[in-house]
Amino acid sequence: MQGNEACAEGALAAGLSFFAGYPITPSSEIAEILSQRLPRIGGRFIQMEDEIASMGAVIGASLVGVKAMTATSGPGFSLKQENIGYAAIAEIPCVIVNVMRGGPSTGLPTLPSQGDVMQARWGSHGDHPVIVLAPYSVRETFELTVRAFNLAEQYRVPVILLMDEIVGHVNEKVRLPHPSEIEIIDRQKPMVSPEDYLPYCQTEDDIPPMANFGEGYRYHVTGLCHDETGFPTNDPAKINSLLRRINRKIERYRDDIIEVAELELGDAEIGVVAYGSTARSARRAVIMAREEGIKVGLLRPVTLWPFPEEQVTKLADQVKRIIVPEMNLGQVAQLVKCSAEGKTKVVPLTRVDGEPISPQQILDLLKK
Amino acid sequence: MDYNKYLRQDKFPHIWCEGCGNGIVLKAILRAIDRIGLSKDEIVMVSGIGCSSRTPGYCDFNTLHTTHGRALTFATGVKMADPKLTVIVVMGDGDATAIGGNHFIHAARRNIDLTAIIFNNYIYGMTGGQYSPTTPFGMHGSTAPYGSIEHPFDISALAQAAGSTFVARGTVYHALLLDKFIERAIRKKGFSVVEALTPCPIMYGKWNRMGTASNMLKWYQGNTISLKAASTISPEQRGEKIVTGVLVDIEKPEYTEEYNKLIERVQNMG
Repeated sequence: MQGNEACAEGALAAGLSFFAGYPITPSSEIAEILSQRLPRIGGRFIQMEDEIASMGAVIGASLVGVKAMTATSGPGFSLKQENIGYAAIAEIPCVIVNVMRGGPSTGLPTLPSQGDVMQARWGSHGDHPVIVLAPYSVRETFELTVRAFNLAEQYRVPVILLMDEIVGHVNEKVRLPHPSEIEIIDRQKPMVSPEDYLPYCQTEDDIPPMANFGEGYRYHVTGLCHDETGFPTNDPAKINSLLRRINRKIERYRDDIIEVAELELGDAEIGVVAYGSTARSARRAVIMAREEGIKVGLLRPVTLWPFPEEQVTKLADQVKRIIVPEMNLGQVAQLVKCSAEGKTKVVPLTRVDGEPISPQQILDLLKK
Repeated sequence: MDYNKYLRQDKFPHIWCEGCGNGIVLKAILRAIDRIGLSKDEIVMVSGIGCSSRTPGYCDFNTLHTTHGRALTFATGVKMADPKLTVIVVMGDGDATAIGGNHFIHAARRNIDLTAIIFNNYIYGMTGGQYSPTTPFGMHGSTAPYGSIEHPFDISALAQAAGSTFVARGTVYHALLLDKFIERAIRKKGFSVVEALTPCPIMYGKWNRMGTASNMLKWYQGNTISLKAASTISPEQRGEKIVTGVLVDIEKPEYTEEYNKLIERVQNMG
């Protein structure tokens, strides 16, 4: 099974019933598969007129209470940013898949890249919450797609599944979990009557319950800064409370949201921080280096945003240097540098020629 | 009828300027809804950005104030997720035909059951009177201080060409006709468009020396002609007059109904 296929399967397993998309390489398989599968389970697929439209349709569908997703790649991801910001401020759960290709602009449509890490976090204007997950295998793509929906529903945020062309197109044998083994989280619905419903109320957990459109609650949703009732406000205290709360939702649940994978870190003297398909090469390089007696370990952020700062700081305390291989000019290396707080040397290993970073390249750097 | 039944009264006073026609369009929408007898819970009112797009905030429905130009895309998601809902989309001329032009023609082409009500005042009012895609040639705005040298869209003709199954053009001067057009548009199963000509005396009127708000209302009286009357005279006699009335009312398969049939067909394939 291909990574893109695993993404579609994961979405269906998570309860997807609406997909809106626009054709773009290398993510098109996701739309193609879902155009075939969704109507079979009574769900709906639509190919919209552009990337902006598909993001808008996903938000509209989610407001009615269905699980909704779109999939794209770099240029399309740029276009979707406007409405991703809307989903963030209006707190509409949704999943956006970006199968990264080389950029900027039209760039390298069929070649791999990891150049959208910063865009995934900061692509839409203003301080806004998003969660970004980066799978490194076909199996993990399935699992993280399910998780993306669960996180979106739980925290009422847009969740970005940041795949890359290699993960999207690689074929691997996977055994998918039985539906009974899959945990599904649904958004919290209001427990109060429509008269008492405050769609953006300050709750103890910072996540207001969400009513479905059409079920009697008749509330207002806007991309303007709003108060607890959902209506626009210019009151500085209310603006402050809204913007701090929607961003705090992520910060206060970092421990739940952040997932990292570790390999051979126990006695490591050199650390490698790698994610997505580059972590596949890094994993191989660590195994090869260990065979040669080099004490090296791998820290793999599965959650890219919020960034696992504490885990990297801990690694920086332990190792003499950290190597960060990635298919961009050092976007995560910068984050690692910040988290390392000068405790250790951080060495970026960058590549932007449309070719993957090989295990040998990483091994060569480990030996230096 | 009791308009208050449909309004969020605590949201008044509204933000519209004195002499603005938007309130007249809003009342026409509410009269149409009242006559059809829709329940407030089954209506979703969606808008984009601009003066007219503040309309949903005053209405006691499920209301969705989206991003600039994108109202129809959100509305498409709402309608597909629950085709039983009645989805009414209010937009301005800039919202619907400039930044949202692509969504407008494709919603029409797809023939999805949405009712698009376009408040056409020939100008970007909220941002300060810049010329819009419907500003007539030679007319002025804050970004057309020497007169616009662009050719305007005819929104109704655009809607028709793109495939809308119902198109009507009315004005706030002919308010009682306007609600009849809106009523038929909502009842129509398919993509329907009502172009409502409405004055912006503060921006468009000021830039073009149109006089008072009531002068602008009377301008609609003098410069429009009903489709029926227009059909009895020659194009030369009609001159520059804007034709009002139900311009398109045709039958075509509707998108969400076709999708339901597709689901049935695919599920029966086994």
